Amino acid sequence: MSGVPLRRVLVVGGGPAGLYSAALLRRAFPDTQVRVVDRNREGATYGWGVVFSEQTLGALEQADRLSYDQICDSFARWDAIDVHFRNTFLRAYGHGFSGMSRKRLLAILTRRCIDLDVTIEHETEFDDLSQFADYDLVIAADGLRSGLRTVRADHFGPRFDTRSAKYIWYGTSRRPEMFTYLVMPTEWGVFQGTPYPYSDDHSTFVIECSDQVWQRAGLDRMSEDQSREFCEELFSEFLAGHPLLSNRSKWMNFVTVKNRTWVDGNVVLVGDAAHTVHFSIGSGTKLAMEDAIGLVDALRKNERLPEALAYFENGRLPVAEAFQDAAQQSLLWFEALDRNLSLEPEQFVFNFLTRSGRISYDEVRQRDPRFADTFDRWFARAARGSQAPKLITPGPLFTPLRLVGGTRGTVANRAVLPVGNAMTTDDGIPGAQHERAVLHRVRGGAGSVLTDVVAVCPDARITTCDAGLWNDDQTECWAKIVDKAHCEGEALLITRLGHAGSRGATAPRSHGIDQPLRGRAWPLLAPTSRPYVQNGTPPKAMDGQDMTAVVGQFRDASERAVRAGFDGLEIHAGHGYLLGSFLSPLTNTRTDEYGGDLDCRLRFPLEVFAAAREVWPRDRLLSVCVNADDWAPGGAGVAEAIEIVRSFMNAGCGLVHLVAGQSVASSRPRYGPYFLASLAEQIRIETGAGVMIRGRITSTDEANTVIAGGRADLCVLDLPGLAEFDQSQTSKASLHDNAVAVPPVQSKRGALSSGDAYAGK
Amino acid sequence: MLGWARRIEEGPFASAAVLDRLAYDSYEPLVALAAAAAVTARIELATTILIAPLRNTTLLAKQAASLDRISGGRLVIGVGVGARQDDYQIAGVETARRGQTLADQLVEIPALWDRGQLGVGAGPGKRPRFLAGGSTGAALARMAQHCEGYIHGGGPPRVFARAGQEARAAWIDAGRPAAPQLWGQGYFAFGASAEAGAAYVRDYYGFTGAFAEKIASGLLTSPQQALEFLQAYAEAGCDHLIMIPAVASPEHLDTLATVVTDAGFASQDAGLAGEPPNDPSRIRR
Repeated sequence: MSGVPLRRVLVVGGGPAGLYSAALLRRAFPDTQVRVVDRNREGATYGWGVVFSEQTLGALEQADRLSYDQICDSFARWDAIDVHFRNTFLRAYGHGFSGMSRKRLLAILTRRCIDLDVTIEHETEFDDLSQFADYDLVIAADGLRSGLRTVRADHFGPRFDTRSAKYIWYGTSRRPEMFTYLVMPTEWGVFQGTPYPYSDDHSTFVIECSDQVWQRAGLDRMSEDQSREFCEELFSEFLAGHPLLSNRSKWMNFVTVKNRTWVDGNVVLVGDAAHTVHFSIGSGTKLAMEDAIGLVDALRKNERLPEALAYFENGRLPVAEAFQDAAQQSLLWFEALDRNLSLEPEQFVFNFLTRSGRISYDEVRQRDPRFADTFDRWFARAARGSQAPKLITPGPLFTPLRLVGGTRGTVANRAVLPVGNAMTTDDGIPGAQHERAVLHRVRGGAGSVLTDVVAVCPDARITTCDAGLWNDDQTECWAKIVDKAHCEGEALLITRLGHAGSRGATAPRSHGIDQPLRGRAWPLLAPTSRPYVQNGTPPKAMDGQDMTAVVGQFRDASERAVRAGFDGLEIHAGHGYLLGSFLSPLTNTRTDEYGGDLDCRLRFPLEVFAAAREVWPRDRLLSVCVNADDWAPGGAGVAEAIEIVRSFMNAGCGLVHLVAGQSVASSRPRYGPYFLASLAEQIRIETGAGVMIRGRITSTDEANTVIAGGRADLCVLDLPGLAEFDQSQTSKASLHDNAVAVPPVQSKRGALSSGDAYAGK
Repeated sequence: MLGWARRIEEGPFASAAVLDRLAYDSYEPLVALAAAAAVTARIELATTILIAPLRNTTLLAKQAASLDRISGGRLVIGVGVGARQDDYQIAGVETARRGQTLADQLVEIPALWDRGQLGVGAGPGKRPRFLAGGSTGAALARMAQHCEGYIHGGGPPRVFARAGQEARAAWIDAGRPAAPQLWGQGYFAFGASAEAGAAYVRDYYGFTGAFAEKIASGLLTSPQQALEFLQAYAEAGCDHLIMIPAVASPEHLDTLATVVTDAGFASQDAGLAGEPPNDPSRIRR
């Protein structure tokens, strides 16, 4: 394959992306003229060090051996990350990176370009678009503020996200052996310093703080020299007499740049012009140089320019986005540093290492088993209810936790296995399927087993197949199941009491949720008379009598739960069910003392909770389930959730089960890996509450990552195959109403489209 | 059209699927499937996907119920908002609220059937299945709220696997029992027609700009590639794989039939699952 025919190529921008593109192009296309223009004078660069991961180096070696060897010769390498936090310091190995001077990198690439007969012109602005036609290809490598991208903004569709935190780059002759992270509390707030080596005798030193801290410290009014002296003073202990070096160093705000497309005709964006990634994951230069490799590869593998550029964008854009996602998690972590200051150093470091979601608990262990062992021992010591530290610890997920005092208040491990409803008959009596599922979970080794929502009265049911706890038959059947389960293992059995509110009287969930039972609906209650779905059954706006009745139902059901022998009780006040609909401003628009501001919206759910508290034994777990975020415009966010959690804690709640969304029928959820962990982390750290979450936690590694990082205390695991287990041997005959029988689990089959677009021709 | 339907019926395939475009040279999907229904008796008839917001909801409910009755309950309605502006423009439908419109339709259509106002409304046990596509959190939530499965837009098996995990998470979050059906799709054009197939895919996805190239590069051009694709998709949790011919050569169906049969994916072969899975609830360290 000969590649795209190219006579003349223009590269705008003489940074790593531009120079490397130019060099690789000349290597691959010896007959092509390549011209690089750069607006700065020769040798001017404002950065200090750049870093590469081990993986990147392999790509550079394959792309151009000559420059690779020179780059490698210039490296300062490290394998560890040191964290200085609260007068302690911890080291984690296995995070291999290499750093080098940006100036040196540019010198190597410039030399390489000159040897390959690339024309380089400095102090040249190139903004005459009419000249573009003279070139077969224009590579816009002109950085974050790309002029070419700006001129054609309509086409590229750039989006900018300017962050509020302030940062500044210095150099220093104080050279730590590895990447170092310094957390420095001051009277104005916390500063963060990250020195890392880039040569035998120099380091980059990035300093970062929030905008408020920056202003309180008076940095907004300081000159370049004053800022530098201030920072030298701040980190004097680490610097040990070495100066900070300024190279026109200025305080800046980080800007995330994304583009709708990187290609416009014969113009293509590469490097920072196309995408920026927060410096805390050290991938900007790496991505820029990989862009160059990808671009030249695309030009070689395709015959026509449009196809080549499309090939390039398709290959690189998802990679860049993945790094931008990870970088976003990382920058949010740094911005929210204040919150994490209350963590113990061990957990702080683990949380830091796993902040971007790219490294899990198992990977931390693989990289540095000693660090992981040290961490596990710390975790076991710190965990309430755990015995004295052992030499060999079972890891966070399998570390016991005392939730309340008493013999039934400690979970043997942090894994919670769920039991679904949709397997009972319409009398609310838990049947053989419930028993089978509960025992299956207990035998499987769960620390606790959580039932689905159990209705406090017939009208409180969500669907016709919900289990209940409003009569003696139900209580007796639950008691039998709980007894058997207690004989099988040490799992705590937790039941969730709920009232459906406006989401009640719906068909069984085999075909969908919130499908109103036409004609056979029972009366519904809610804060207002608005139905949950369009054309849904309208509820009655609750009056005082209704409230008294519901409080009584929750009290009675809680008493029955005591008698049935449950170890834990959860009051469901999330997901838009009755109590949740009182909490959310989207559904509680009452104007009496039960609606309006948060205190008023909390009033009724707290009354219900207090009734359960009265009858529920102090030595058993009492929990509440609330939304961490409504995931809908105008709904409650995490700030309100923190207040809500505090209120329930004050009312005697021992554990908070966090969920999100479903306050209204159309919300905007996010279903990434362990998608509730970051909301849970905020709430857990702010309130000190014990937290349980569910949501795409499908392996012990994911659960360990969540728990070890202090993001939650208990995880409901959705292990692959649990649903299939419940589905097998389930009697289809018990599902009725307007439901169709549940289809059997499909075998994997080939299927075919007739491709009508062609068949029709 | 009829020839294709007959061949699919005779082959080891589970269903015939059609796509939906307005501003493009294609048959209207419900009309095409009605024709296919007349010459087949076994296979499922699926829209993958039908752009529901382009259509009047009540009329769509009537058409779908009719087709389901005519075909003997073989209809599977895959829906989505579609990706092209031009289909909305030519139909004179606003794109701004199309997600909400689709959600409303998914509630309203079964309700219309249940209320019996349309006469032919599907009776208990005869309701056609809904599937939905889309990759945003809102689309996945819609799928989990109202449908019985997820249709992925195509791509390498690992991309499908990730989407499947996300669909499953949405499903569990909505409190649905069991698991969503996961449908995938892939394009094929074997041997000498590979070039023509790639050209078709580029043209069909031309509106996506650069993305078309990517899809074209994923075209399965040999039986071996198709076999590996089938196996990788099965491994990734796919319940139902739609293989879309990128050239109008029915003989390629026979080649594909051999691949499907050899791989043990023939629809008659119910024992495909192989050895029973390990007890998944047992937690090991």
